Amino acid sequence: MIKALAHKLIWAALTLVVASVLVFFALEIVPGDPAEVMLGINATDEAIAALRKQLGIDLPPLQRYFAWVGGLLTGDLGTSYTYSVPVLELVTERVVVSLPLALMALFLSTAIAIPVGLIAAGKRGTMADTGIMAVTQIGIAIPNFWFALLLVYVLALWLQWVPAGGFPGWEKGWWPGLNALLLPAIALALPQAAILSRVTRSALLETLGEDYIRTARAKGLSRRATLSRHALRNALIPVVTIIGLQFAYLLAGTIIIENVFYLPGLGRLLFQAINLRDLILVESVVMLLVATIIAVNFLVDLTYVWIDPRLRSTNKAGNTATNRAGNTSGTEAQTDGAS
Amino acid sequence: MTAQASTPHQPLRSRSHTFWLQARSNRSFMTGIAITASVVAMALISFAWTPYDVLELDIASKLQSPSLSHWFGTDHFGRDILSMIMVGARNSIAVALVAVVIGIGVGVPLGCWAASRGGLMGEALMRGNDLIFAFPALLSAVIITAIFGPGAINAIIAIGIFNIPVFARLARGATLSLLTREFVLAARVAGKGSVRIIAEHILPNMANLLVVQGTIAFALGILQEAGLAYVGLGTQPPFPSWGKMLNEAQTMMSFAPHMAIVPGLAIVVTVLGLNLLGDGLRDILDPRLSKARE
Repeated sequence: MIKALAHKLIWAALTLVVASVLVFFALEIVPGDPAEVMLGINATDEAIAALRKQLGIDLPPLQRYFAWVGGLLTGDLGTSYTYSVPVLELVTERVVVSLPLALMALFLSTAIAIPVGLIAAGKRGTMADTGIMAVTQIGIAIPNFWFALLLVYVLALWLQWVPAGGFPGWEKGWWPGLNALLLPAIALALPQAAILSRVTRSALLETLGEDYIRTARAKGLSRRATLSRHALRNALIPVVTIIGLQFAYLLAGTIIIENVFYLPGLGRLLFQAINLRDLILVESVVMLLVATIIAVNFLVDLTYVWIDPRLRSTNKAGNTATNRAGNTSGTEAQTDGAS
Repeated sequence: MTAQASTPHQPLRSRSHTFWLQARSNRSFMTGIAITASVVAMALISFAWTPYDVLELDIASKLQSPSLSHWFGTDHFGRDILSMIMVGARNSIAVALVAVVIGIGVGVPLGCWAASRGGLMGEALMRGNDLIFAFPALLSAVIITAIFGPGAINAIIAIGIFNIPVFARLARGATLSLLTREFVLAARVAGKGSVRIIAEHILPNMANLLVVQGTIAFALGILQEAGLAYVGLGTQPPFPSWGKMLNEAQTMMSFAPHMAIVPGLAIVVTVLGLNLLGDGLRDILDPRLSKARE
């Protein structure tokens, strides 16, 4: 098991290295000199050269790449070209909005989807199952940012139950902060819950056909107990795979949702950085998001070993989260994976 | 593999006849095809006719609610929303379709090649998948936009890149399974090379899977294109796109909700239609997978 996990860890690290090369060198070819952009059209050549030296962009690309990676590893992300403050400071200010938002959405999505999937699988073929399937089919088709607009219209503008947007900051207390993130989290979570509940239902139905389930039922265990004690745990691998993929999607999804709710998170910072051609900021934010996604995929693989003890004695844990998503039957896994 | 795969020499006419017999009794397929055909027809009609010119501003008619003269109302520039929805359908369909073609065109040969070479190549392909999955389409679009600027072409590239590993993985799995089948072994014994076997025996037998996955990727492409256009990374003004229309509607929700409701419904209905079509196709073309899901 340790060998398989070490193998997985090495691949995750390699993926991270390749991703850093891609992000850095892709943004290297962006037209325009940051020093010229910062100093404006009236700047002298000397001033531009001095600023280029100060920013370190006069160095060869390879040297700058290693300096950037070294900075990422030591927490020194450089100084923003436009804000003139350390990138780490900017990212820290914004991550405390984006990360809780993504985690809240993930929690809501899971908390809704697993019971709904259990009910649908338990009542397979009934009106309840058909109704749930119909609602989730529509849920999958709803773009989260449109759903967010509808929520703002109904709950904020019409009923005035929650604020329409903005973020008061955590220094005002937990409740105002959570309250401001609630609507965006619901908007992110519900379409994902639709996908996850279908995956849960599918995985449960597949498990319910297994011999050990029949044995448990033959021994007199009730249907509900069989579902919750035996079937659910064994159906968890595809469900956890999708939860892992959903986290990546939710993190990326915050980029759009933050624009709907005017939240000062990483997504808005990224867009501002692009508009201002603040490439060092773009590189660092994108790399942070990519590294988080890779780390979550690795954690998902670790979770497989916890869920299925059989994997501890085999090298199956070496399989990746995305491979497993591919093994999950149906539209849902692919729908989610491609987000 | 699939129903068709087990009978590779079944005549084409007989297969299409069987397909339509099954399709007619499949509610999901029939609803999906009806919705999808309507959206495609609407997009095609918009090339020849729209109720109003979408580039013509009519400030006197701005923000009108739905009426007989403007079925879906007008926007803040007085443009007819129905006309904009019709033209927007073109963009959504074109972006999603080309992104699927990129996914199939690059991903399928890559998947087939990795499967036929096996070992390290297969492993490398799966690791490449992991790498691309670490860049959701939105992040890829952000990077591409930072480099080349926003636009529909860049949206296509971003969504298309993300489709590549999806199709590559599917093609690799299908090829690995088909390579062990008797008719492939027979072709190999007859002296056919790997490329010819893939072209003549593997690809026709995975076509069903590709059609189903293509429909799903198409639906996703519509959603992704709308998301990118919403944040300004997709189709640029003055050409209408559903995502852009939603972005413009955002600040007018309190007094012109129709501006947000109509484009959103257009996206939902189109994606729903494609998802139903995909589900129906899977039920018909791949009954074993369908049964497993039930």
